[in-house]
Amino acid sequence: MSEELLEIKDLRIEYHTDESVIHAVNGIDLSVKKGQTLGLVGETGAGKTTIAKSILRILPGLQAKILSGEIRFEGKDLLSVSEREMRKIRGNKIAMIFQDPMTALNPIETIGFQISETLKIHNKLTKKEARKKACEMLELVGIPSYRYDEYPHQFSGGMKQRVVIAIGLACNPELLLADEPTTALDVTIQAQVLEMMAELKEKLDTSVILITHDLGVVANFCDSVAVAYAGEIVERGTVEQIFDHVAHPYTEGLFASLPRLDRRERRLKPIKGLMPDPAALPEGCSFCDRCPYAEERCFKTKPADVELEPGHIVKCFRVAGGE
Amino acid sequence: MLKFIGKRLLMLIPVLIGITLVVQLLLEVTPGDPAKLMLGMNATPERVAALREELGLNDPFLVRYGRYIWNLCHGDLGNSFMTGRPVFSEMIQRFPYTLVLVCISLFLSVVFGIPLGVFASTHQHTWKDNLAMFAALFCVSMPAFWFALMLIQRFAVKWRLLPLSGIASWKGWVLPCVALALGFTATITRQTRSNMLEVIRQDYITTARAKGVSEVTIKYRHALKNAVTPVIMVVGGMFGMMLGGALISETIFSIPGLGQYTMQALNSRDYPVIQSSVLVLSLLFAIVILLVDIIFALIDPRIRSQYISKRQKEARTDQKKEDQEKGAAHSEGR
Ligand SMILES: Nc1ncnc2c1ncn2[C@@H]1O[C@H](COP(=O)(O)OP(=O)(O)OP(=O)(O)O)[C@@H](O)[C@H]1O
Ligand code: SF4
Ligand SMILES: [Mg+2]
Repeated sequence: MSEELLEIKDLRIEYHTDESVIHAVNGIDLSVKKGQTLGLVGETGAGKTTIAKSILRILPGLQAKILSGEIRFEGKDLLSVSEREMRKIRGNKIAMIFQDPMTALNPIETIGFQISETLKIHNKLTKKEARKKACEMLELVGIPSYRYDEYPHQFSGGMKQRVVIAIGLACNPELLLADEPTTALDVTIQAQVLEMMAELKEKLDTSVILITHDLGVVANFCDSVAVAYAGEIVERGTVEQIFDHVAHPYTEGLFASLPRLDRRERRLKPIKGLMPDPAALPEGCSFCDRCPYAEERCFKTKPADVELEPGHIVKCFRVAGGE
Repeated sequence: MLKFIGKRLLMLIPVLIGITLVVQLLLEVTPGDPAKLMLGMNATPERVAALREELGLNDPFLVRYGRYIWNLCHGDLGNSFMTGRPVFSEMIQRFPYTLVLVCISLFLSVVFGIPLGVFASTHQHTWKDNLAMFAALFCVSMPAFWFALMLIQRFAVKWRLLPLSGIASWKGWVLPCVALALGFTATITRQTRSNMLEVIRQDYITTARAKGVSEVTIKYRHALKNAVTPVIMVVGGMFGMMLGGALISETIFSIPGLGQYTMQALNSRDYPVIQSSVLVLSLLFAIVILLVDIIFALIDPRIRSQYISKRQKEARTDQKKEDQEKGAAHSEGR
């Protein structure tokens, strides 16, 4: 489809540590349409942050290795453009909001500097213009602009997250990678920040990849969903497809572990057992150890993607039927 | 901030008094009799006793200490036993030499140490880093006097490039400063490197990268500024060690500074000189530590905010309220 803004194909990423090789991302396919929000859900360690960082090519260079794959953005493969070109994309066309607002800001620079820095890099602005624009961004995320010259330690967690969002949106990016923008915040602030992001997204017409643990958030804010498990996308599709026609046993488990569907605040309660060690993945389906429907073949061979409906893709033998 | 500095200066007084007491006590228990040393080996016991009486060495400890403090309060540091000249004027004369030696060495250590540390950290896991770290470890481990002797042997004796000792021209300063600076440069290099490696892993560096900031700016603005603050602390502490190092360096290179003066005084048990030298050196050290704290506060806003007095804070919140009201009025007007 031509309206895809971002398309990831067969992305594989490993982390090399002293003791082992961690297979963090194992051949994922993803796509985001223009102006839409993709929810990327999955339990901790599923590789969500790794995927987001690989899009910007900001993985820790020494440990992380991208083995294969293609990340197409506006017709270019981000994995093969030059570092210089990549720098022009970072913060400008694709921006990222980080998981932990407490550590995402430089403690010894003013928050104003941190917002205007990205503005100055990507636009020809004088100091004054950058400051003005940064103040506007602050106001936009609900922080009075007189706090421009203050430092991160003078801000609460929620306000820091707003600043991080302001940095992300400063250059009006095409694509925003929001890595659990609210998990570090308390419940009331979470809702506020999410509402605000949704509003800004509408206003600026940005596409978003929203990484979260929270299916409630997905239901409220996303157009499509991708469920990550042990470095794979086990199921993806539109919100309706996933919520109304759950196909993958893991996704099923996610829904079953929710206390009540009509409550806003839902956290992922892990299904029985643990995610497999990413350094030693099972030979067959990565979910086989925990899957209630596991059959013999699940332990031996990896299931392939099956397209149930256009756009609804599941990685499981069970839905493939047969035998 | 001013209040903070004033408080710190006041706090110095008891510290300095404590130091004089400790020094006096140490001298009390150190063997060696200044009178005997002054008069030489074949002095008669009567002459020694007379001189001891003259110098006031026979008085009880507390009387001597009291007298010293009393004179000190009047700005009188006493006269040297050996030369009979006032200690104060001698020190004033010698002080600049030590200051120059220590400052140049410190300057060299910082100017070479920090970039080297950054260099090593950005070349981690390469032979460049390994080489730099090996050299640094070597320089940290070897004492300054060894460097001094080695440098003299090479540059002064073998190649005759630089003078053996003395400071007749600027050339004379080169070896003593380098000898003193080597170890400290290495310490700063190691410290900078490890801090840089720590900072580079922080989330806010990734944030900067995600904003499209260039690697150079990330290294020198975002990372180094964060990494250098603890290094400044180290530099402050080093100043004290350098004053100690100056003692040896000045003696080896015959620089007529405070260090050499103190060294001579120690050998001849010249009590007033020892007392005053220690006092002046500690005072100097204390001032440097204070300076370091101030610089620290200038770089790190988290620390700065602790120093801001309450009054200033109130003034600032008032200002904000005003701004807010103005802002509100402004938006209502629209
Ligand atoms: N720098 C690194 N070095 C080695 N392993 C890493 C590194 N970063 C991540 N990993 C590993 O890669 C896997 C995926 O990590 P990732 O941070 O992408 O998970 P995540 O889905 O974002 O989890 P969370 O929900 O907790 O944020 C994990 O097993 C993690 O231990
Ligand atoms: S492939 Fe088998 S083990 Fe894997 S999810 Fe499907 S049924 Fe469960
Ligand atoms: Mg994560």
